[in-house]
Amino acid sequence: MGADDMTAAHPLAGSGLDARLVVTRASFTLDLRLEIAPGEVVALLGPNGAGKTTTLRALAGLVPLTAGFVRLDGEVLEEPATGLRLPPERRELGVVFQDYLLFPHLSAVENVAFGLRARRVPRREAHARARVFLDRFGLAELTEAKPRQLSGGQAQRVALARALAAEPRCLLLDEPLAALDAATRADVRADLRHRLEAYDGSCLLVTHDPLDAMVLADRLVVLEGGRATQEGEPAEVAYNPRTDYVATLVGLNLYRGRAERGVVQLTGGGELVAAQPLSGQVLVAFPPAAVALHRTQPDGSPRNCWPVTVTGLERHGDLVRVRLDGKPSVLADVTPGAVAELGIAPNAALWAAVKATETRIYPA
Amino acid sequence: MVLAIPAAVALGFLVLPLVGLVVRTPWSRLGTELFAAGVWEALRLSLLCATLATIAATVAGVPLAWLLARSNVPGRPLLRALVTVPLVLPPVVGGVALLAVFGRRGLAGQWLDQWFGISLPFTTAAVVLAEAFVAMPFLVLSVEGALRGADPRYEEAAATLGATKWLAFRRVTLPLVAPGIAAGAVLAWARALGEFGATITFAGNFPGTTQTMPLAVYVALETDPDVAIVLSLLLLAVSVAVLAALRNRWAPTT
Repeated sequence: MGADDMTAAHPLAGSGLDARLVVTRASFTLDLRLEIAPGEVVALLGPNGAGKTTTLRALAGLVPLTAGFVRLDGEVLEEPATGLRLPPERRELGVVFQDYLLFPHLSAVENVAFGLRARRVPRREAHARARVFLDRFGLAELTEAKPRQLSGGQAQRVALARALAAEPRCLLLDEPLAALDAATRADVRADLRHRLEAYDGSCLLVTHDPLDAMVLADRLVVLEGGRATQEGEPAEVAYNPRTDYVATLVGLNLYRGRAERGVVQLTGGGELVAAQPLSGQVLVAFPPAAVALHRTQPDGSPRNCWPVTVTGLERHGDLVRVRLDGKPSVLADVTPGAVAELGIAPNAALWAAVKATETRIYPA
Repeated sequence: MVLAIPAAVALGFLVLPLVGLVVRTPWSRLGTELFAAGVWEALRLSLLCATLATIAATVAGVPLAWLLARSNVPGRPLLRALVTVPLVLPPVVGGVALLAVFGRRGLAGQWLDQWFGISLPFTTAAVVLAEAFVAMPFLVLSVEGALRGADPRYEEAAATLGATKWLAFRRVTLPLVAPGIAAGAVLAWARALGEFGATITFAGNFPGTTQTMPLAVYVALETDPDVAIVLSLLLLAVSVAVLAALRNRWAPTT
């Protein structure tokens, strides 16, 4: 198996992150193949205990591999078969930890300069470069602030600046938004998206939040019980879930668009009205269970109502997920009873309705 | 209310002896006795030896604490038990043990004598050694506790930023546990300053070289109790002053 992995001709060979991680514990085995091209953001999505954090720690060198390998830009970082194992400090991987782990006794600029200082960049130059980073991250005012004086969103940006200042070839983010409250979360998510778009190394984002994963990542890898159960572009995974976990969690209706006081013109056509009067580039999301289906155009409350055509049905748990084509195309979860009552079958023409209050809207 | 009475008894028990010391002080003789020959010599020696012992205990004790708190050397519980032995050991026994090792015919002492012509017992160095022996466990336990309370993931974060273990220890761990080290050093210093049993056994009682304040107090008690009280008061004043000064200095950061 090892020889096979070594010789496999692969489009990514030589650049980016290429790993097969096998970590065996008493009651748990992680076995994951992971390839991330330079500039690509991959989200590792899964329930608690699936092995997400173990994956990240194994890549960073904080947990030893039982088998497999980690390669970065063609260089082998770890390979138990040959006994090779670079310690974390020699891997040139940047890590943003879930609770950031900013050094509490150092100021923001000292935190950001830490990686440069560790590589023997003279203090003066390291601090100058750290200031440039903080400036770019909109933290110019806070260079001398201690971590405890920073808000959650600011601390997150300092942690990201600290990881990036060391110029890592690969960036690992562990639940980067989990420590934030809902109010700042949307803004920080949008900000993080721009930062990650600008980063040209490989990036792995570990999260249990499907929205974070879908907004921030180019590709999703769904991890369940230590194994990848599905992989693909966010939309593809969302529309073709292969496990119940993916179906219930990732099966989000997510649209990009331009909002004018809460009325969103969707990029793919169609219009949605959201509860909050946001303006500008936005994302609108709502779960399939929020979609109501009608045989005729309903009158009354729902402001978001449009004609759709059934393209497919799948059973997920107690519910039936209906795929509907329209402007926009949408997923709806209905009961088996409703399927019979409404005569839902491929090519049936229906009306979809979503209450504005059921939608979530975020700045993109 | 039930607790107030024993608490008051405890407080009185701790404070009354100090009051007694002040009350019984022969204030009229204070000036002459304070400047009697040997008093300042003994005080200087006490402060010097306690400080040197504290430095020695810190330099060696912090790495030992790190070993106990962070490494996975086999037999750590046993190591920790061994470290605490000097805490429960009667100091005189400690002094005898030190003689057994560093005495002229001791395990290490005979080699030191043969190879380097060094004889430790009954020298100022022996005072420092005896004080470090009894004081180091205080520092090690205090620092180990601080290390256990400090999140080891900070060291991991430092490692992912390219810091070697040594750099992470120096720039991250050490500053994080600095309050613990300071507290441990103060405890160790106070313990070293009051050291009597191990010192008199291992280093003897020679004015000028090994007679520290506690030994001077003991000797004075045999001949002139008033002098013993004066010396005790001086030692009390100096140690309280030093601790108060250190506390003020650290108050803003802790």
